[in-house]
Amino acid sequence: MTKKRVLFGMVAVLLVAAMLLTACGKPKEAKLGGKLEIFSWWTAGGEAEGLNAMFKIYAAKHPDVEIINATVAGGAGMNAKAVLATRMQANDPPDSFQVHAGHELIDSWVKAEKMEPITFIFKDNGWMGKYPQGVIDVLSYKGEIWSVPVNIHRANILWYNKQVFTANGVTPPNSFDEFFAAADKLKAAGITPLALGDNGIWASVHLFETVLIGTLGPDKYRGLWNGTTDWNGAEVKAALETFARMMQYVNEDHAALSWDQAAKLVADGRAGMTIMGDWAEGWFKSIGQKPNVEFGWVPAPGTKGTFDMLSDSFGLPKGAPNRAAAIAWLVVCGSKEGQDAFNPLKGSIPARTDGDRALYDEYLKSAMDDFASNQIVPSLAHGAAASEGWSTAVSNAMTLFVSDLNVAAAQSAMAKACVDAGVCK
Amino acid sequence: MSHVRRERWIAFFILLPSILLIALFVYGFIAWTGVVSLSQWDTVMPDYRWAGLENFRRLFEQAQGVAARRFAIDLWNTLFFTILFLLLCVGVGLLLAILLDQKVKGEGVFRTIYLFPMALSFVVTGVVWQWIFAPGTANYPRGVNALLHGLGLDALRWKWYTDTSGIGPFHKALIPVILAAAWQLIGYTMAMYLAGLRGIPEELREAARVDGASEVGIYRHIVMPILQPITLSALIILGHTSLKIFDLIYTMTGAGPAFATDVPGIFMFETTFQGNHYAQGAAISIIMLVLVALVIVPYLVSTFRREVQL
Repeated sequence: MTKKRVLFGMVAVLLVAAMLLTACGKPKEAKLGGKLEIFSWWTAGGEAEGLNAMFKIYAAKHPDVEIINATVAGGAGMNAKAVLATRMQANDPPDSFQVHAGHELIDSWVKAEKMEPITFIFKDNGWMGKYPQGVIDVLSYKGEIWSVPVNIHRANILWYNKQVFTANGVTPPNSFDEFFAAADKLKAAGITPLALGDNGIWASVHLFETVLIGTLGPDKYRGLWNGTTDWNGAEVKAALETFARMMQYVNEDHAALSWDQAAKLVADGRAGMTIMGDWAEGWFKSIGQKPNVEFGWVPAPGTKGTFDMLSDSFGLPKGAPNRAAAIAWLVVCGSKEGQDAFNPLKGSIPARTDGDRALYDEYLKSAMDDFASNQIVPSLAHGAAASEGWSTAVSNAMTLFVSDLNVAAAQSAMAKACVDAGVCK
Repeated sequence: MSHVRRERWIAFFILLPSILLIALFVYGFIAWTGVVSLSQWDTVMPDYRWAGLENFRRLFEQAQGVAARRFAIDLWNTLFFTILFLLLCVGVGLLLAILLDQKVKGEGVFRTIYLFPMALSFVVTGVVWQWIFAPGTANYPRGVNALLHGLGLDALRWKWYTDTSGIGPFHKALIPVILAAAWQLIGYTMAMYLAGLRGIPEELREAARVDGASEVGIYRHIVMPILQPITLSALIILGHTSLKIFDLIYTMTGAGPAFATDVPGIFMFETTFQGNHYAQGAAISIIMLVLVALVIVPYLVSTFRREVQL
């Protein structure tokens, strides 16, 4: 009994000593050790392979650190978020965790003072010029940067079936007028013009956000999320009306389908187009279709020159058990090497503008070009533009709007959501 | 005397751990949920500042917008779901039990077939019935609609759980969900009724027949009154299941278009874990608790009285 106690005491003293050493040790060239717990919901497919590729790079640089891959499967991150919330509330954070860049991180964890700013990592590694200013803006709050983005997905893409378009003499639409003209032609030919799979409603929110960008333009769209654009204004009304008109052209069973089932309608030629994020490209390729052969893409109507982004990122929680190793992890996440290892496997583009183009396919190359030159705006449906509470309120309003198409009711509900979020007055 | 007292103490100490655990993990957390429902906890981090009944007001005041509208729809959906689900389970369950009780050949096989859905998880049922009732489109029907199309019964095709129309506050989209839930639990009522029927001594029926009662009359005046306690237990157990239903609907349809298949459980889950409105979610939970209590408490009181009388 007493022996055990002595042993415990010794271990405790050693642990404290070890912690003091890591805390006081010289930051440069200090040999990292201990455990590094990385929390994410990347459990399968290309994203899990990408994560492992980054782990390999880390292990080569810091061989003495034991990486613990803490993943929680299911629910597009819903389950992981619930587990993370419990751990953070109990002051038991992982060393670093995956989170959607932007307001999902800022409103949930930064405002709760649970995160450390990591602007210094960007400055120390000379990243400030490597990331587009639009991305830095999305990551920033109160003048500090709060997470390192590892990838970028684009939300505002219209995917179309090339054979269907050629057979019906339709060209890819750039404006809403062209979109509706094309839709009428397809409808007359007995083809569903726009495939939508909004089971769980987010795909409708996603579609609506591209209509908002297409109607308001990037500046006023950004203003929606900081209170400078009026939700009660004529432009939001026009966007809602355009969305309501689009709903006349979607498959009638949209509420029963998921986004990939909607993409399948396009792949099978039963529908002409679908508006979805660029993870759809990976899906088309997974069923054996080739970019620019079977399927093509253009920016969603009216959004040419705008890049509607969402991003997975890693942050540094306050009280991370192995802070030095966590910072080294974030350096790998943000490095060119790390991003070029992760993104070709995940099917996304690097958040930096200097990625190695040879590694990416035809679509991703075009996305990289647009990312470097376009106006960058944050996605609502994917956690970048607004807090989770706010986007849930918009989802509720959309659930009613999709079926009753009552523009006035939807507009007042969305205006109220902005007030409830504490952004509008 | 002292011997009896000592036995009582022993019984008390044996029960103590479970009493403590239940006090903490059931009643303790109910009390905690109650506290949260009166607080201002509206982000991921706890905030126990007093909010009074504000969270409840938001659920009931229509002027407060979409949340109140959604909650009103949820309550109507729960009411219709519960009534139709119970009617189906009790009615069809009883019918199957009576049919099986006619000493049919292969009774064991039928019993197993009817009971088997109960062995499945609601999540599995939800996913499968989502496929079965997926409506498809006019040109490309799916699921049941494809079957109806194949049979030439196109007039019977409809949008199933994606239909947003209704009769008054009743959403037609609930019908497929009710069918799925009843399919799963009819076997349960059937088993209970079958046990009850087997417990009725043949002499009773014989005596009634001797007195000139018809077979229908025997069921009406002898069998049904004897089965009444079983009906009550089935209603209570299925009733609280349907008031709390979540997993089946969440996997089958979710909230549905225009909240056509939404229930308080889904609203609570999305409010709390998607929107981070913990206090609001706790308020919904408390209302669900009250609804279930309205069903359970009278039952508990009546069984308690009966036990005291015994």
